[in-house]
Amino acid sequence: MTSLAEYRRNRELAANLVLRELRSRYKRTALGYGWSLLNPLAAVAIYGVVFSVFLKVAPPVGDPSGLDSFVLFLVCGLLPWNYFANVTNASLDVLLANANLIRKVYFPRELLVASVTGALLVTYLVELVVLVVILVSVGSMVLPWIPVLLLLVVIQTLLVLGVGLALSVCNVYFRDVKHFMALVLMALFYSVPVVYPVSLVPKERTVLGVEVPVRFLYELNPLVRMVECFRAVLYDLRFPPLGTFAYFTVSALVCFAGGLALFRRLDRRLAEEV
Amino acid sequence: MSRPAVVVDGVSKRYRLYHERNQSLKATVLRRRRARYEEFWALSDVSFEIAPGRTFGLIGENGSGKSTLLKCLARILRPERGTVTVDGRLSALLELGAGFHPELSGRENVYLNGAILGLSRRDLDARFDDIVAFSGLEHFIDTPVKGYSSGMYVRLGFAVAINVEPEVLLVDEVLAVGDAEFQQRCAEKFDELRRAGRTIVIVTHAMDSIRNLCDEVALLEHGTLRALGPAATVINDYEDSVHANRRADGVGWRWGTGEAEIERVEFLDATGRAVTHVRTGDPLVVRVHLAAAEPIEQPVLGLGVHTLDGVQVTGPNLREAGLVPDRFVGRGHIDHRIPRVPLLPGTYDFSALLYDYTITRAVDARIRAFRFDVIHGDPAEEHGVVTLGGTWDLAGLADGR
Repeated sequence: MTSLAEYRRNRELAANLVLRELRSRYKRTALGYGWSLLNPLAAVAIYGVVFSVFLKVAPPVGDPSGLDSFVLFLVCGLLPWNYFANVTNASLDVLLANANLIRKVYFPRELLVASVTGALLVTYLVELVVLVVILVSVGSMVLPWIPVLLLLVVIQTLLVLGVGLALSVCNVYFRDVKHFMALVLMALFYSVPVVYPVSLVPKERTVLGVEVPVRFLYELNPLVRMVECFRAVLYDLRFPPLGTFAYFTVSALVCFAGGLALFRRLDRRLAEEV
Repeated sequence: MSRPAVVVDGVSKRYRLYHERNQSLKATVLRRRRARYEEFWALSDVSFEIAPGRTFGLIGENGSGKSTLLKCLARILRPERGTVTVDGRLSALLELGAGFHPELSGRENVYLNGAILGLSRRDLDARFDDIVAFSGLEHFIDTPVKGYSSGMYVRLGFAVAINVEPEVLLVDEVLAVGDAEFQQRCAEKFDELRRAGRTIVIVTHAMDSIRNLCDEVALLEHGTLRALGPAATVINDYEDSVHANRRADGVGWRWGTGEAEIERVEFLDATGRAVTHVRTGDPLVVRVHLAAAEPIEQPVLGLGVHTLDGVQVTGPNLREAGLVPDRFVGRGHIDHRIPRVPLLPGTYDFSALLYDYTITRAVDARIRAFRFDVIHGDPAEEHGVVTLGGTWDLAGLADGR
């Protein structure tokens, strides 16, 4: 009874916090929400020129979609990556930015992380809609795959929430987590097949006489599986390989459960530490 | 009897007093620990219950743990031991306007703050006009709150919080906000909540407001519950104990360089006899005995009269009177003659202060060290602290006899 009322109340509070995030993000900027689309567009332009024109990375042909465009190949991986990276960055700041609230009012603190994730999810969905419109306009039959796409977004949201919860609370106790993550995110970006296809990663390589299974290690990273899943659906128009899909799903669930458990454990003294 | 609205059961709260705090990984690794700290129990084993509909006061000196307890009630802090159970919707006025976003308009912030305090959108839609009317900010409600003055900010925060209409309301010394008119409205709203049978928990230093406002009071001392009971009883005992402590010391507070000394203060009646009380309207001489081993240049003697609540009634001094002696050495006394004591019946504390000419350096300050009673006299007034000595004239009435 109490928990049901509390649940409803929390849902409403979460919705309000998401609105606050969205409203305040581009307040007093001339372009307003336009910025949330302009950012990925600029990234696509830059990476497109550098990797396709200068470095001549050849995009694989979409199978069975038949798509052959580096820009589309890039966007299909870049948008999921951006969602992950943006939530990570926002979570690192959200507890400290709301220190005043945490010290003065009670509400489940998870909602703060949930609210920035929610706000970025809205932006992400808008980006995906734009991408789908573009794909349809170039003749891709992406529309039937939208339910699968949404399922992937849900799984990915669990993953980023888990990471966000864990990092947000760690950053309160150790303020260098934030600076450390700036490095980690840069490294992760290039260790995920966003600007290049997985096929460029060698299966194995001999280092100092030892045979290293490079591709195997590479694919241990759940984010690699995440990008592969999205690209399979959006670019290739097929269901992702079951192993990859399962790996992504399970790691997302583990991440979420672990992140939430860590958060609940460490948020006991949050009001004293922020 | 119905279920209690608030149950505090064996609550203990520990703080860490950090001596060194490693908020960076490097320091943590190097020193092999995250922090060096002492433990400090801000609350230990506090238990009580509050019946629904009561107004409950938490009192105690600074550092007694009363604000910590309030934060535990509000669930902001989690106690190390014990449990706090609150029955019903809770709203805490710990800080007004906490969580306002400066770039958002007043309207958006009302909805956001309301949601944080537990109101649904439908509740807020219904109450929005009341909230705005209560805050008196109709013209500014669509302006970003960063443009608000601090008074406006607090008024809007209070308006939202008070309109949550919680079953249990926690208040931390925020009664004194805004101008007189706003305070009046707040007092009315509190009264309304009390009449509606809501439970209110107040933390404050202002003993007078507690006495009038609260049914029951808990007195905390160094994190433990010292006394619990009807407001008047607990507060009187508390004040007695505070004063008893002071009288036992015999000196109230005392400081100064010690070059000269205020030895004692005598109260003399019209016949020159030492007394401990006087009637309103009677003459009184306050005689301050001084001693200085070394000559002291241009000493300024001041007197202070305080009520037991700590309100200063008056504070004459030699410099204002233009009667500063050039120098003083040895022993002697200075008299302050009061032709008609204007104080109304009650107990008063006198202070005597000896300063250098600039009134910046205390030679000997004895604050509220000399207690004195005033009893009924002429005029026979009772309300307030002093009589103005005024007379009434009924000649202006048509049939003024």
